Amino acid sequence: MKRFIGFIKKEFYHIFRDKRSLFILFGMPIAQILLFGFAITNEINNVDIAIFDKSNDATTQEIIQKISASKYFSIKQNITNEAEIETVFQKGNVLAVLVFEKDFKKNLTKDNAAKVHVITDATDPNTANSITNYISAIIGSYQKEINKNSTLEYQIETKSRMVYNPELKSVFMFVPGVMTIILMLVSAMMTSISITREKELGTMEILLVSPLKPFQVIIGKVIPYIFLSIINAVVIVILSIFIFKMPVQGSLFLLALESVLFIITSLSLGILISTVSATQQTAMMISLMGLMLPTILLSGFIFPISSMPLPLQVISNIIPAKWFILILKGIMLKGVGLAFIWKETLILFGMTLFFIALSVKKYKIRLE
Amino acid sequence: MKNNNVIEVENLTKKFGDFTAVNSISFEVKKGEIFGFLGANGAGKTTAMKMLIGISKPTSGKAQVAGFDVFTHPEDIKKNIGYMSQKFALYDDLTVKENITFFGGIYGLSRAKIKEKRNELVEELGLEDIVNELVGSLPLGWKQKISFSIALLHSPTIVFLDEPTGGVDPITRRQFWEMIYKSANSGTTIFVTTHYMDEAEYCDRVSIMVDGKIEALDTPKKLKEQYKADNMNEVFLKLARG
Repeated sequence: MKRFIGFIKKEFYHIFRDKRSLFILFGMPIAQILLFGFAITNEINNVDIAIFDKSNDATTQEIIQKISASKYFSIKQNITNEAEIETVFQKGNVLAVLVFEKDFKKNLTKDNAAKVHVITDATDPNTANSITNYISAIIGSYQKEINKNSTLEYQIETKSRMVYNPELKSVFMFVPGVMTIILMLVSAMMTSISITREKELGTMEILLVSPLKPFQVIIGKVIPYIFLSIINAVVIVILSIFIFKMPVQGSLFLLALESVLFIITSLSLGILISTVSATQQTAMMISLMGLMLPTILLSGFIFPISSMPLPLQVISNIIPAKWFILILKGIMLKGVGLAFIWKETLILFGMTLFFIALSVKKYKIRLE
Repeated sequence: MKNNNVIEVENLTKKFGDFTAVNSISFEVKKGEIFGFLGANGAGKTTAMKMLIGISKPTSGKAQVAGFDVFTHPEDIKKNIGYMSQKFALYDDLTVKENITFFGGIYGLSRAKIKEKRNELVEELGLEDIVNELVGSLPLGWKQKISFSIALLHSPTIVFLDEPTGGVDPITRRQFWEMIYKSANSGTTIFVTTHYMDEAEYCDRVSIMVDGKIEALDTPKKLKEQYKADNMNEVFLKLARG
């Protein structure tokens, strides 16, 4: 045991004396969570739009009023001819132009149908989509208001309610993702680099010739990273609760346990990577390309898994991060207990055992 | 283990698939001896040494190191040997003192013992000025000496040196051999692989490996007589060229 403490102490010296790893360990999580929380978002807020009102009557004025009163849009300018539409888009002044047809009110009252044209700048398709939806919603609610008195028979009314994230805050979606990525990065990449570094320096050989058993060496290298990953997880949760008002509906204790499980999954991946790579460079490349990239793309962190092509959906099942994100969302947003996430937990657990078994096997082959 | 042999090897063989890296070698090393283990690159000397230090399992044969069987008790062997690699592997981002403490610790030395050994080392090697410096900032010669001293920290029966003088200047090499002699005189057995044939002359006995087999094994003097050579370099060339 005393040997072990000496070993862990040495590991902390390595970490704290290397500015680069310190930055990855502590700078990155905070930077990422703030970045995703504040800057990268797919909500729309105060989008600049232009209005081309060919009819300029009471109804169009009322609609425009409603739109400008919402916090989603601000009316940047009024356009008076068709040619200008192209110009405002090209200048990049606005993201959408709203065109009301001539005699809007007259058409509406006489023919029961009037047309409004929403033109959006679709260079960013997601935003364009959201803008269209928001504007349709505003116009739709206006329509309902004016129809209140007239009795339409057989009217189907769709009412939607967004549960678990009623304000559709994208930060709520990103926090579980960022937490997953960071824990993966710290646990898998940093450990695989630190183990291969010993190989590269030749100190691994010295350790293997010493009375320390190989598994003691590996555990000794991994423990500091478990510790640091837990700190990271705590920092991320605190930041998301206090800065982004992210709710944690479920049990914090369960959240902690699941996080430790995922940390161990990632560490076992890190160990596996270190058994197949001889240099720090290789370990880093494998971690980044083989681990981080699929984790970001296929875990459902940024792109919803349900809208992926089938083969990718199948592949996403072998990404540990996918399951952890489901667990995190379950606990933080839905407030569910283990009864609802035992399947995901079991999958992560199984993956961990598999990675550890594989590492042990590879390790033995190497020693032969 | 009979008389005072600390290493006894009999028909030791290591195969990697179809390739035989070490082909049925046999030899003994006596206590306090400086045993030179020579061979060209790829002759199998590193593989042979790895089997003796317990990090590679032999395919067949028999071997005892420090009284323990390499097949059944590699862990006991590890406690009784020291090892210094050709990279003089120390932790660059730890100070000399921290390195000594760490390696002493993994060999299970008590804190008091480590302190005592450390003070001894500092005095012997004249480390007073650099004991709190990071190892990374030291010249290679210093790393070599410290690395060797650390391999001896737990007073092993045998110390294995894997090409311990690569990349250092002749004066440092000379000083290093003085350190080797000193510890051999105090009863530590030295098992050393080297490329430098002039160093082979310093050994009590040398074995020369060619293609996985030990082709010659005797004192440098007798080998020179046997092969009618002026120095070990000629002996080696005659053997290696067949």
